[in-house]
Amino acid sequence: MALKSDLPQGTLDLLILKIVALGPVHGYAIAQRLQQVSRDVVQVPQGSLYPALHRLEYRGLLAADWKETETGREAKFYHLTRKGRAQLETEAADWERLTEAVGLILRLAEGGSR
Amino acid sequence: MTWWQRFWRRNKMEEQLDKELRFQLEEHTNDLIAQGHDPEEARRMARLALGGPEQVKEDCRDARGTRWLEDLLQDGRYALRMLRKNPGFAAVALLTLALGSGATTVMFTVVNGVMLKPYPYPRPEKLLWLQEKTEKATRQGNLWGYTYPNYLDCKKEIRSLDVAAIRFSGGALREPDKAEYVNGREVSSEFFSILGVNMVRGHGFSSEDDRLGAAPVVIISNGLWQRIYNGSPDAIGQTLVLDSKSYSIIGVLPASFKWADQPNLDVFTPLGQDTSPALQRRDRHGLNVVARLRPGATLAEARTELDVIGHQLAMQYPDTNEGRTFIADPLRPNVGDVGSTLWLLLGAVSLVLLIACANVANLLLARAVSREREFAMRAALGAKRSRLARQCLTESAVLGLSGGAIGVLIAAIGIRPFVAFWPGSLPRAKEIQLDWRVMLFALAVSLLCGLLFGLAPALRLPVRNLENRIRSGGRTVAGHSRRLHGSFVVSEIALAVVLLVSAGILGRTLLRLSSLESGVNIHNVLTARMELPPATLTVPGQILPAWEDVLNHARRVPGVESAAIVDTIPMREGYNQITYWPSPALPPANQAPEALATSVSPDYFKVMGIPLLEGRFFDDHDRKGSELVAVIDDVLAKAAFGAQDPIGKRLWIPDTYSPFSDGPTGADVVRVIGLVGHVRHWGPAGDDDSRLRAQFYYPFAQVADTNLRRWSEVSSIVVRTTTPPLNLVEPLEREVRGPTGDQVLNEIQTMEQIATATLTQQRMLMLLFGAFAGLALLLACIGVYGVLAYLTSQRVPEIGVRMALGATAGNVIQLILRQSLGMIFAGVGLGVAGAVVAGRLLERFVAGVRSIEPFTFAAMVALLVVAALFASFVPARRASFVDPVKALRQD
Repeated sequence: MALKSDLPQGTLDLLILKIVALGPVHGYAIAQRLQQVSRDVVQVPQGSLYPALHRLEYRGLLAADWKETETGREAKFYHLTRKGRAQLETEAADWERLTEAVGLILRLAEGGSR
Repeated sequence: MTWWQRFWRRNKMEEQLDKELRFQLEEHTNDLIAQGHDPEEARRMARLALGGPEQVKEDCRDARGTRWLEDLLQDGRYALRMLRKNPGFAAVALLTLALGSGATTVMFTVVNGVMLKPYPYPRPEKLLWLQEKTEKATRQGNLWGYTYPNYLDCKKEIRSLDVAAIRFSGGALREPDKAEYVNGREVSSEFFSILGVNMVRGHGFSSEDDRLGAAPVVIISNGLWQRIYNGSPDAIGQTLVLDSKSYSIIGVLPASFKWADQPNLDVFTPLGQDTSPALQRRDRHGLNVVARLRPGATLAEARTELDVIGHQLAMQYPDTNEGRTFIADPLRPNVGDVGSTLWLLLGAVSLVLLIACANVANLLLARAVSREREFAMRAALGAKRSRLARQCLTESAVLGLSGGAIGVLIAAIGIRPFVAFWPGSLPRAKEIQLDWRVMLFALAVSLLCGLLFGLAPALRLPVRNLENRIRSGGRTVAGHSRRLHGSFVVSEIALAVVLLVSAGILGRTLLRLSSLESGVNIHNVLTARMELPPATLTVPGQILPAWEDVLNHARRVPGVESAAIVDTIPMREGYNQITYWPSPALPPANQAPEALATSVSPDYFKVMGIPLLEGRFFDDHDRKGSELVAVIDDVLAKAAFGAQDPIGKRLWIPDTYSPFSDGPTGADVVRVIGLVGHVRHWGPAGDDDSRLRAQFYYPFAQVADTNLRRWSEVSSIVVRTTTPPLNLVEPLEREVRGPTGDQVLNEIQTMEQIATATLTQQRMLMLLFGAFAGLALLLACIGVYGVLAYLTSQRVPEIGVRMALGATAGNVIQLILRQSLGMIFAGVGLGVAGAVVAGRLLERFVAGVRSIEPFTFAAMVALLVVAALFASFVPARRASFVDPVKALRQD
């Protein structure tokens, strides 16, 4: 939860899209997976996860239907729409470019000040 | 899912949201238990991780994008509930609003029908109106009707337009047992196709019909078809005798057809068949030209093209066309001074609506103050200020819309009686209906009103000191709203002053104008236009004897005292003019003074009761061959001869307008034989301001032979009667029918009717402004009363203290009245400033109005001050009865 403020604006949406892109998944599992994959660095507060999911759903990037889990319970499974996949691609590419650029600048600063 | 689907299925969505969050909690709890936590502890941790479920749900709902709609619905329901809970408040507010918006909607419906609606032709926005325009302006302006040759040239050259010309016509229609006068138009063959009108029977004109020597054909109106042929299809091909000429009927127009604003047009004939020589001349104007933009062409292109054609013709025909070009404007309803009347009325009624709004705002504000505790509580519970403001506005919008709905209902019921009540006939009266434009207008006005009176309470919402406010309730903060209440009362009074003074100005104007002498004795005079048969008109030598015969027959009708013919009738539309000069040394052509010129038969002055001041009237010896003579009015006498005796003096009439000759004679010399009183030709309202006032009468018998036909075509017959003139219409019609039965009267009116019609605009405005001003006065008084009653009730403890300290009832009344006087005088001050502006507007748009009339201002302001003081006296008196003991214990 502590890292909420450290996630740059819009990053949560990108992360959610990425997780969902791996296959239909329900909200609880998304939070779990984010935590696992990032080795506990990214902890999404569940309180902001659900509004984000709903927002993405109503923007048409995600779609959802009710399915049974392995344990036989009914849950809301999200999957990516075509629009969502396109969005993920552009956002991921943007992210790559941005981090690369930020990295370059940071490295430059080390040697350039002298 | 679109947003409205989401909105409609929001109950199901709520369920799913709940289920989803429950699933999350349970899964998390299970996981935590699996990790070895105590079940109770696990549940607690899971809930903690999620945060408050209600908060999460709220955030999810916000994400949905239908939030505003849900809130709106909720607020709307709440508003309706509040209205139901306060039936007294609701009734007063709704009634006030309904009156205001009902009256406004009625006025807008009329404005819309008469002026805003386009003509009912297909694609009306493509229709244009063409005119000739000269560089130099004459008294009639610089716009002219077309001449036929100019029209033909434009038609031949222009690429962007289809054009058609229209010329006045009409005549005596011979029917089996009688003759009747019908109005019509000569039109070029493209006319009906340009307007997009199809015949219900037969077909339109072809270009073959539209030339000299073609077989005479006619298209008749649906009304005439029903009247004479009972709607029989056999009418096509039958013969119609119009002005003794036979036409074959080739088409019948649909019942809905109307050319522009002209009522009762029954016959249409091809313009190209008209043989009158004037039509071939490039200096005889008067054709109307209508055009339709061809597909793809724009108005700008058409204008450029017309301008180019104008310049070419000016070079080709410098005598007639120098400095002359052609212009195009969209074809729009032209309703004359009814337009300004309607806009003024719409303006007045909007002021009434504003006063109504101020009243409702007062009520709402008073209620908002008493609801302060409720709002403070909700703010304390976390409602955002914007959310509360939105709720306030929703409530007032609901109020506004309900008021508007009742207003539309009032308009729907009231519009027909209102139109019927309009004196004379309102142009395009049939077009006046509640259509989508009116509905849109009513909706916009209602919402605007709602916003207007909801704003004050919304802006006053509590933000600070919530605790104090919750604790104190409404009473102690009343002082905050006193200034706001006061400003509403001030503006109401100001608006009422504007309306009252305007009504007063109009009332005085009407009184003044109706007391003016018209210069003629309007009682017991019958007037009618009259036409001689075309066969007679072609022979100049027959015309005068024919008129003499008509007059002799008219004199034979029992009840007719005297009869005369004349070309223009005072106060009726139409006039002729000449230029004159008191010496043979004529000034340059356009600098000679002008006068109204009227050709009359000798008895005219007797019929009209125009007083002879000096000299003599015309008699039968003033005829062709004898000296040219004239009778002039005192205005012309003064302008031409100053203080000298005009009798026996001579006037030189330049040949441009001279009726005595039709060629270049230089000037005709006329001897003045009589001096008569001035006649207000332009009506009581317009005459003083008219620049063309001087009057010149000359004998019809001395009109040049070449002019006689044209003069005869516009002549009217006037008779003085000893009995009510309208009783004589039938015997007179029978008596003057002439040998062929083709001589018919039309436009039959009494002079009283004509004189009354001149003040229609003033009368109508005065009546309605009076009504609106009365309404405004009433509403303003209710407002003053309401506010003072409210403010006084808020001051009861204060008054209690004052009385306990020894103030008398008189002191208390004085205290309250002083407060109201302050508001009243501030309102009057603003109102008088507004009334000066309103008076200027009236002066500009209504003939005869003098805007600055101190007496009217004083009287109307006094009326308002007395009424407002009376309204404030009631609460003041009530306050003086306050029992100090009870008042102090109240809280």
